[in-house]
Amino acid sequence: MIRGLIIGVLALGVIGTGYWGYQEHQEKNAILLNAENSYQRAFHGLTYQMDLLHDKIGATLAMNSRHSLSPSLAEVWRITSEAHNNVGQLPLTLLPFNKTEEFLTNIGNFSYHTAVRDLDKEPLTEKEYKTLQVLYKQSGNIQSELRKVQHMVLKNNLRWMDVELALASGKETTDNTIIDGFKTVEKTVSGFDETDFGPTYANMQQRDENFKNVQGSPISRTTALKIAKKYMNFDGNAKVKVTENGKGSDYGFYSISLKNSKTGQEASMDITKKGGHPIWFINQRKVRKPTISLHDAVTKAQAFLKDTGFTGLELSESTQYDNIGVLNFVTNTNGIRIYPESIKVKVALDNGDIVGVSADEYLTSYQKRTFEKPAITLEQARKKMNPNLKVMEDRRAVIINDANKEVLCYEFLGTIKDDTYRIFINAENGREEEVEKLKNSETVYDDVL
Amino acid sequence: MIYNGGNYSMKTKAGLLKRLIIAALVMTSLPFISTQKVQAFSNQIIQQGAVGEDVIELQSRLKYIGFYHGKIDGVFGWGTYWALRNFQYEFGLPIDGLAGQATKAKLVKSTKYIRNAGSANNPKAAKNTGSKASAVNIPRGFSQNDIQLMANAVHGESRGEPYIGQVAVAAVILNRVENPKFPNSIAGVIFQPGAFTAVADGQIWLTPNETSKKAVIDAINGWDPTGNAIYYFNPATATSAWIWSRPQIKRIGKHIFCK
Repeated sequence: MIRGLIIGVLALGVIGTGYWGYQEHQEKNAILLNAENSYQRAFHGLTYQMDLLHDKIGATLAMNSRHSLSPSLAEVWRITSEAHNNVGQLPLTLLPFNKTEEFLTNIGNFSYHTAVRDLDKEPLTEKEYKTLQVLYKQSGNIQSELRKVQHMVLKNNLRWMDVELALASGKETTDNTIIDGFKTVEKTVSGFDETDFGPTYANMQQRDENFKNVQGSPISRTTALKIAKKYMNFDGNAKVKVTENGKGSDYGFYSISLKNSKTGQEASMDITKKGGHPIWFINQRKVRKPTISLHDAVTKAQAFLKDTGFTGLELSESTQYDNIGVLNFVTNTNGIRIYPESIKVKVALDNGDIVGVSADEYLTSYQKRTFEKPAITLEQARKKMNPNLKVMEDRRAVIINDANKEVLCYEFLGTIKDDTYRIFINAENGREEEVEKLKNSETVYDDVL
Repeated sequence: MIYNGGNYSMKTKAGLLKRLIIAALVMTSLPFISTQKVQAFSNQIIQQGAVGEDVIELQSRLKYIGFYHGKIDGVFGWGTYWALRNFQYEFGLPIDGLAGQATKAKLVKSTKYIRNAGSANNPKAAKNTGSKASAVNIPRGFSQNDIQLMANAVHGESRGEPYIGQVAVAAVILNRVENPKFPNSIAGVIFQPGAFTAVADGQIWLTPNETSKKAVIDAINGWDPTGNAIYYFNPATATSAWIWSRPQIKRIGKHIFCK
């Protein structure tokens, strides 16, 4: 009797567990399938867009009329952006697929810049036409490789989840058709010669970030420490460490880090080997309630910059984040603001200490500049703007435009209704280089409910 | 007045009543006294970008005489700046956009300002007209939610790291957004499959602390401790051989940053 009961209960238990396990299994499969499907969507979307891209570039080549050329190039730009978006959703991060993504971005930038250009005034050059031909061929290569992969995926029911697992476990070398296929695509793209995108595009590539223009002779570790002392507070309890840059860096620098076990402060900074210029500095400590105003902070920061050898700077922006003031200074040469040469300074508002400096952009852009007399006058530039804009402030300024080139502009600050805009008009040709809506604060959401 | 024993005489009872009435009167009038206390600026020179009670007062006073049209949110933004400059122009003060002593004195003279003005006739509005700022400064081009999302990622990826290591992780996310080889939005970079382990194992959904938020704001404001790195890895746990082949820039805490 008891035996029978126990057997019954156990049997029920087994059946129950089995049912539970089955349900769990079903659920897991459903989730896996869901993830798999979204990978498949991205993948098939990508191949479709590569098809479209190839065709569209082909169509552009056959076009004669400038009026249809611009929309067609805009279409190319849209397709590359979608394709790029789809690549970003595939689990390829651990697989080098960089060249292909870069290739897509480059086509996108090229087509955008030619599409927005006034092709009636400035038609496609012979070189740009050749570039399009090359792109047509290259996109064709990528398309056919991807088509092959797609065929295999559909024929053999290959799963992207397996790709993800293989890549995550570090077994890229295992035989996986999808991985091999994408490696082939990447190899194809790497085999392309550097495509010549023409003069419009020449400056578009990433800007030099190696502090090429930085002057000065190499410094030693001890000098680096001496410079760091101007920024950090060395006392008896501080542990200081100096390390050199890794082999992969394009420029030499010393990293100095300081840890004070007593006060709990952690300060670090990087200093260029050439000339000993500070790249950035951060001092992390608890900042208490403000006792000085943002305005006092500006005065402190100005004095500090002067002490550390930065001259000719003026404040361009000041912002308070809780108990910290973040100030942006830019070079001012003869009344012209050089926006690329900017230094940011962080001031603790509890005692006015400088707790951060970022001179990265300053060192990248720093150079001697000479300015010609601008071709158009302030009044002419003013007429180029939207007549609804009420101009409040104007000055001359240098900015980096969307073709990554430094241009001399007239800067206007003005309002339309309650919104403030910053508008840059090129001082050479009157082009509207940049229009920016200025907004620096946002309502706190905590009070929404 | 818990006990009302009968051994009190009528006289003391009346006295008690009187005192009670006075007390009640004083108590109810107290909030009125405090709301109608005239608040004057502190000594600071108020500058664009500042936040706090002085800014609320500045905005309220400028609104009172019709120079400021925006919300009184306690953040000295562009709207406040132009309002102040117009005020300085109309009142013959030097136009510098700074609320210095002369400007503040002029403002105090020509405007009325009652702290918590809304509470007297509209008790519901009291919350909004408090002395706390209802807005915050955010770096241009980003929202509080973007910062929150990045703080989540930074916290999940590097919460045991030194502060600089956290700024560095945030900087890598931003460097990737700029880089043609990566998606071009913050969400795109963070949720790229396989890009961040914290996203893959769900640690991104831990509640981030204030430090990671500060690290994110520093990175957005232009601090990049990594030297333009777009990859980083923990040498103790990295499984991919490929990541070791990247040119290494530097090491911060447990992470090696590379190109």
